[in-house]
Amino acid sequence: MNDLAPPAALTPASFKSAYKPIWCPGCGDFSVLSALTKALAKIAVPPEQIAVVSGIGCSSRIPAYTTCYGFHGVHGRALAAATGLKVARPDLTVIVTGGDGDGYSIGGNHFLHACRRNVDMTYIVMDNHVYGMTKGQPSPTTEPDWDSKLSPGGTGVRSFHPLVIALASGANFVARAFAGDPNGAADIIAQAIRHPGFAFIEVLSPCITFRPEQREWKQHAHPAPVGATDDPARAARRIMTDDGFNIGVLYAGSRRPYPAHVGKPGESPANLEAEFEL
Amino acid sequence: MQATATTTTPRDAAAAPSARSASASLSIALAGSGGSGVMTAGTLLLHAAARAGLYGLMVRTSGPQIRGGEAAALVRIGHAPTSTLDDTFDLLLAIDWQNVHRFADEIPLRATSVMIGDPDEGEPPDAFRATGARYVPRPLKKTAKAIAGSWTNMVALGLAGALAGIPAAALEAAVRESWKRTAESLKANLTALQAGFDAAAGIEGVAGLRVANPGTSPRWLISGNEAAGLGAIRGGVRFVAAYPITPATELLEWMAPALARIGGTLLQAEDELASVNMIIGASYGGVPSLTATAGPGLALMTEGIGLAVAAEVPIVVVDVMRGGPSTGIPAKSEQSDLSFAVSGLTGDAPRLVLAPTSIADCLATTQWAVTLAETLQAPAIVLSDQFMGQSRAIIDRPADIAFAGRRLTTDANTPDYKRYRNTASGISPMAIPGTPGVVYTADGLEHTEAGIPNSGARDHELQLDKRERKLRQHDYGACWADIEGDGDLAVVTFGSVTAAVREAVARAALEGIAARLIALRLIAPARPEQMDAALAGVSRILVVEQNHGGQLLRYLRSVYDLPGKPAGYHRPGPLPLRPGEVTKAIVDWARAGQRAKEAA
Repeated sequence: MNDLAPPAALTPASFKSAYKPIWCPGCGDFSVLSALTKALAKIAVPPEQIAVVSGIGCSSRIPAYTTCYGFHGVHGRALAAATGLKVARPDLTVIVTGGDGDGYSIGGNHFLHACRRNVDMTYIVMDNHVYGMTKGQPSPTTEPDWDSKLSPGGTGVRSFHPLVIALASGANFVARAFAGDPNGAADIIAQAIRHPGFAFIEVLSPCITFRPEQREWKQHAHPAPVGATDDPARAARRIMTDDGFNIGVLYAGSRRPYPAHVGKPGESPANLEAEFEL
Repeated sequence: MQATATTTTPRDAAAAPSARSASASLSIALAGSGGSGVMTAGTLLLHAAARAGLYGLMVRTSGPQIRGGEAAALVRIGHAPTSTLDDTFDLLLAIDWQNVHRFADEIPLRATSVMIGDPDEGEPPDAFRATGARYVPRPLKKTAKAIAGSWTNMVALGLAGALAGIPAAALEAAVRESWKRTAESLKANLTALQAGFDAAAGIEGVAGLRVANPGTSPRWLISGNEAAGLGAIRGGVRFVAAYPITPATELLEWMAPALARIGGTLLQAEDELASVNMIIGASYGGVPSLTATAGPGLALMTEGIGLAVAAEVPIVVVDVMRGGPSTGIPAKSEQSDLSFAVSGLTGDAPRLVLAPTSIADCLATTQWAVTLAETLQAPAIVLSDQFMGQSRAIIDRPADIAFAGRRLTTDANTPDYKRYRNTASGISPMAIPGTPGVVYTADGLEHTEAGIPNSGARDHELQLDKRERKLRQHDYGACWADIEGDGDLAVVTFGSVTAAVREAVARAALEGIAARLIALRLIAPARPEQMDAALAGVSRILVVEQNHGGQLLRYLRSVYDLPGKPAGYHRPGPLPLRPGEVTKAIVDWARAGQRAKEAA
């Protein structure tokens, strides 16, 4: 980092790239991008010290829309790529972005294990309860009776509850944000980045193209009536019983993050040869 | 234990049945039920052989049970380093016979072989008797029981060592050095060792080796899996993510503490989809990274390897091949992932495929693979296999090779930086996260030179050309293949069977057939000019490999102009390819060609 540049010089614009996002008009992801850049300005880490990692989907396009290092990998594997990056490069701030299909369906196993591994990084899921990039199929968070060409009459399968899964799997920070409130979302993202360990934010981000009824989320979203707890049992009860629109930090734990040793001074590799000598 | 003159006299080497091989060797199988200590005895036999100036190989085999099943240490010792078993065993020494008959195919005997067993444990199974091998009973368990606190496997070790011609002092030193228990226990077991050594008296028909001068050159005892791990570290690997899988697990279990010692990390991933993407993430961050797996894991990694091609992220994937397809035969060797390694990715996806040619070469080839992956910003698949991965050999200490090449990175604030710039070499400087002024997004989507997703025809063709060119144009030097001998016939092979093929070529020479050996180390990309030079003056080639379909033969025909009508000798696992069968294949093929020529 350039010592002459004071952190105050970083504004949300410092983190916005010149590329115009390829999203439908009215997409919630525009606001999440705005919230993310605001959060990055708050934490005041220079863009080159940040990596934004994603998989595949509408929301996974975010990395190139920032001025940070980006990694746009394959569908469902963003958490894996980010885990390798953060463990190998603990000095970087690592943020993972994606959607509900990428994170909860094809990447579901990595979600569980990222939560329990507790590597110090932030996972932002833009949940719109639909596969948008492939033009409207049900995702794991879609309501069971939502009609679509691929699943006429609905899947009949109950929807996945990402927040309680994250909590049960060991995520150290669990929050819900709403794209309709970019300033509130920016606060939550900044808290998540600062919190040690694996921080998970479920962002309700409407897809008005395939789920126009999600415009109503604006009426439903409301701040969580009480602040974050560090008691997983209390957090679980709240998350399981709330109306799905409680916005805020719901759990902030104190579990030790996954340790990183890469680059720490060690012995000479030549020492490893002794065990083979006869 | 004091060596006595009568028991340490080297047996008459002229009695050796090893006129078959160019260099004298002795093959001993130590077998018994799980927990009988045959693996320990085999390992100590190798240690003692090394002290006696000999080289050796130990192949481990066991039944399907995880614990407690039958087990055998297949040991070959001799005057030259070797990575292959011989055709038959000179000696089968069984601590007991419980289920040992299951090894009848893996422990081939001949009429002049000797079987030693404990009469209190029953008679040798018919499968071994049928070979005509001579049975010599020795009361192993009773001997151990008579020495309080001693173990039967130490009696067996003394017996096998004496018959092999290894001095008692070397055996004792090997036991002393490895002993981790009490002094009383050591004393009891050295007595048992001596008792076993003495029990060899009067057993005829096993031609012990002449003890050599150990010399001053340092020797190692190492498995292919360990050698690959060490090669990776010498190549600069500091991050490994992997999922346990037979027979690659030992590579990972060796690397985990080794990396922790030198300032690196091994991370156990939730599956192979994760492990390959984790190493891609770590390597994108600038840290040379590797994973190791076997066929089923490689299948899952395919998508990630394709990402490494498209995003130009260096990674190394060691595939310790086992019998396939699907779960196949997990603990047995086969070279049947070759087709998948060279062509098993979607799209036009140039990648590096390498194969070590011996246990010792697992080190150099893996190190080279890391260097190539880093230099060429591409994935490298290293095809080891169960046979060389899990076997241990006495080797000369590998030289510290410094392969030329490293990852090309960019400086901070480079004007007009483009991550995927279309350079003449095809290699574009990589910006490492943390470097200001050159940020970019790595992408598995087709992209422009700057890395922006683009599905236009021009960028697609430009990037495809660039990724193909960087691998094709690189100067791989002489390492691409081991080329030995001359003659107008060539035997082409790869991987762990190279040692058996080399021995077969030497034996065929004794029958008047001059063939050159070409063992490929770099399988992909193809090296047409180098192959033409290697085949100059060759009229016909035979391709030898261990799989059912002749995968190398088919691959070579697809990428090279080969002389004549290339022939193949190939068969699947689980039994290792042996020098004798390959010799026969070479001789038959050479003579058939000669007859055809004369008829013409």
